[in-house]
Amino acid sequence: MDVLDLARWQFGITTVYHFLMVPLTIGLSVLVACMQTAWVRTGNRRYLAMTKFWGKLLLINFAMGVVTGIVQEFQFGMAWSEYSRFVGDVFGAPLAMEGLIAFFVESTFLGLWIFGWDRLSKRVHLACVWAFSLATVVSAYFILAANSWMQHPVGVEMVDGRPRLTSIWEVLGNSTVLAAFPHAVAGAFAVAGAFLVGIAAWHLWRSTKDGSAKDGSTKDSDVWRASLRLGTLVGVVAFAGLAVSGDLQSRLMFEQQPMKMASAEALCHTEQPAGFSVFAVGDVSSPDCENVKSITVPALLSFLANGDLDSEVLGVNDLVEQYRERYGEFYPVDERLGELSGQPIDYVPNLPVTYWGFRLMIGFGAIGAAVGVLAWWVTRRGRVPRTRWFPRLALAAIATPFLGNSFGWIFTEMGRQPFVVAPNPTGVDGVWMFTAQAVSGLTVGEVLGSLIALTLVYGLLAVVEVVLIRRYVRGGVDAVLPPEDESTKDDKDDDVLSFAY
Amino acid sequence: MDLATLWFVLIAVLWLGYLFLEGFDFGVGMLLRVLGRDERTRRVLVNTIGPVWDGNEVWLIVAAGATFAAFPGWYAGLFSAAYLPLLLVLLALIGRGVAFEYRGKIDSARWRALWDTVITGGSAVAALGVGLLLSWNVLGLPLDARGDRVGSAFAALRWETLVGALGVAGFALLHGAVFLALKTEGEVRERARRLALRVAPVALAPLAATLAVVQVREGSGWTLVPLGLAALAAVLGWLRLAAGREGQAFAALGVVIAGTVATWFGALYPNVLPSTVDPAFSLTIADTASSPYTLTVMTWVAAFGTPAVLVYQGWTYWVFRRRIGTRHIPEVHAP
Ligand code: HDD
Ligand code: HEM
Ligand code: HEM
Repeated sequence: MDVLDLARWQFGITTVYHFLMVPLTIGLSVLVACMQTAWVRTGNRRYLAMTKFWGKLLLINFAMGVVTGIVQEFQFGMAWSEYSRFVGDVFGAPLAMEGLIAFFVESTFLGLWIFGWDRLSKRVHLACVWAFSLATVVSAYFILAANSWMQHPVGVEMVDGRPRLTSIWEVLGNSTVLAAFPHAVAGAFAVAGAFLVGIAAWHLWRSTKDGSAKDGSTKDSDVWRASLRLGTLVGVVAFAGLAVSGDLQSRLMFEQQPMKMASAEALCHTEQPAGFSVFAVGDVSSPDCENVKSITVPALLSFLANGDLDSEVLGVNDLVEQYRERYGEFYPVDERLGELSGQPIDYVPNLPVTYWGFRLMIGFGAIGAAVGVLAWWVTRRGRVPRTRWFPRLALAAIATPFLGNSFGWIFTEMGRQPFVVAPNPTGVDGVWMFTAQAVSGLTVGEVLGSLIALTLVYGLLAVVEVVLIRRYVRGGVDAVLPPEDESTKDDKDDDVLSFAY
Repeated sequence: MDLATLWFVLIAVLWLGYLFLEGFDFGVGMLLRVLGRDERTRRVLVNTIGPVWDGNEVWLIVAAGATFAAFPGWYAGLFSAAYLPLLLVLLALIGRGVAFEYRGKIDSARWRALWDTVITGGSAVAALGVGLLLSWNVLGLPLDARGDRVGSAFAALRWETLVGALGVAGFALLHGAVFLALKTEGEVRERARRLALRVAPVALAPLAATLAVVQVREGSGWTLVPLGLAALAAVLGWLRLAAGREGQAFAALGVVIAGTVATWFGALYPNVLPSTVDPAFSLTIADTASSPYTLTVMTWVAAFGTPAVLVYQGWTYWVFRRRIGTRHIPEVHAP
């Protein structure tokens, strides 16, 4: 493998990994803020227990989100220095804003929230959790604006072969980010919803077994019921949000990155009207599509693209011609391009990945939401199913929105290949960059070493995080809310800290 | 002052904020086993920085992000040329970050001992790595005309830069000890103060050496001023510590690191990243700066953002201003 492949693997692995923590942090932090608000307003112990329990799981996850995020911030310069030089004038700004505006608030107010239980008044403490959780949402906006610019460059002019920023408002108001942001945030809530449902369902089921009460109402069962209901509601609303914003994204994508959409459908030949492929049997990877039998919904693709039932959708083969004409047939001759120097450019993304990535994204998301509804139905009005499949299914469904998010990113990023900055067919002319040109001039040893080291460390930490989350899930409310905590303490100064590492 | 120069200064300020704040975090981490002889004391140490370490680390993230935005060529050249030290810094920061959060999550001596090792080692490696990175930046890297490194991953490793790495680590160690003397009570405080007094000359020696090298090689007349101030503050801080004035000693160390950063960046100016291959290849402020429009946007963001950050981070330190002792540490409560 050469430096390019290694660097791509490294970016893919570290980014997908970072995005396992990210949606849980975003979704859960906002929900915990809501729980704490409910507690401050009603004084009901149930809400305090919810805040403490879900808050603890949030913290375990958050630590991993932070440390893997630093890798992301450094990676552009380390492994993608040509890319950084090319886009720096535009791309650096939202990244720096994210740090200055969002990360400082996030990290500082999180510290205040964790350690401030007995140092701050109830209201100020509540304000801290809101500041922290909203900052995670704000950080998502900035980073998605940066990412959307790579999908659809706007607000720039070309000067000396590099894009130069002409309007920050166009970058922050890019149509692509206006659709991607609600989509990504809804994806985050889908994750948080399934997380709540899975764990709460397991606790409800277990409470029927320890025999404390015949109908399973232990002292904490109200906590689990409320959590399960909240999780179901959030999951369903989030999925609806995903569908609506995803539809918006599809429309933009037909315009902005037609090749990506054609690949998502493995649509080889131009069709009018175009059908939407639900499922395909055979080899979607050969661009002539000879062996593919696919089950299609007639005209649905035309509808997704243009909102009507009879418009034409260009297929991969015709698009390749178009792209060759516009963006060249061969890579330039440059020793830094290695084997690709002077070679023909392959404009077709990896078809199985884009085709299945798109379907798995939607499919996993839908399963997650459906299990939520099911769990709510079987536990309605104080019921608790005794069967073993109930907690198992609910727990397994926690994974589905995580997978949906990962496949969504893999589809978005790999569907953009061979570009790292995709050309904007309707906007500024000439702003694009091939991934092969973006990589740093490093040695194979360096990148291979870092790839192995980071993957190993990430793998180990994944085990640690799962072990800890399991322990705290099993511990339930008692593990995070010791009985003495519930009596309010007044003697301030010489008291022990109510929270300490 | 044009905007590009302003941003050069701002980036120096961000590094100063980082070294000053996370400096003592690193020090506390390195001293975890030295000053924390039993579990309770170790928890006291960790809790002195518990609420703030993450906020302190963001200074590094913003220093990197601001460099990317304001001087893309500098960010790209430095970060790719210094690939391996940065990887070490990243791994170390990953380790110690999760270690703070996870060490108390399971009530087992072996579990905690494992994470304590990660904290100690991670803090030391991260401080050394940051020191190496900054020394490379100031003393130059073997860059070609495009701003890429010539030669192997270790091409830039010279003894002067290793001294620079020790300089930052030594400073962090001392800064951490003084911070602990300021933030703890009882026996820990006494031991931290005595340790700081004893190690101060040794801990600051490499920093002094690296500053001397920078001044001789790259310095100009005026950089002697911050250099002199740093030296003066070091001596004064030591005396104040001996007199039992921990707060003043801590402030003096702030002046030491401010003088250091001023000397480094003053020696750099008007370069941002000198080339040791040919001075003509050195990256300068003028040829790596982003467009005036981008810099204007960033200046507005910084003009509103930075004061706000200083206010609420300052407030955090005020909220958690109380000294911590073993009597404040709650019982372990973990499932
Ligand atoms: C949609 C949201 C999203 C996306 C696409 C990314 N991140 Fe992220 N990131 C977050 C949302 C987020 C967050 C929710 O704000 C995190 C997760 C956990 C946390 O602490 O904050 C975070 C943490 C986080 C941190 C640590 C912040 C701290 O110390 O508090 C850094 C430096 C980055 N990220 C940088 C990046 C970069 C350079 C990315 C691009 C490749 C990236 N993130 C993708
Ligand atoms: C601002 C945010 C992001 C930027 C700037 C960005 C940029 C990049 C870059 C430079 C590459 C390497 C070139 C390539 O191989 O395509 C890449 C690849 C990739 N990214 Fe993103 N990315 C961002 C966010 C994400 C996120 C959040 C994910 C998912 C969790 C993601 C998933 C991937 C994957 C899977 C690859 C590998 C694709 C491949 O190997 O072809 N990206 N991205
Ligand atoms: C329900 C129907 C859905 C549709 C029509 C849809 C559509 C899309 C489209 C078109 C993109 C690509 C955007 C681009 O590359 O420009 C995308 C990206 C993505 N999707 Fe979906 N999606 C759906 C459901 C989901 C679900 C259920 C999840 C996760 C739980 C999810 C997570 C993502 C993520 C993380 C991305 C990449 C980030 C982004 O561009 O926003 N999507 N989706």
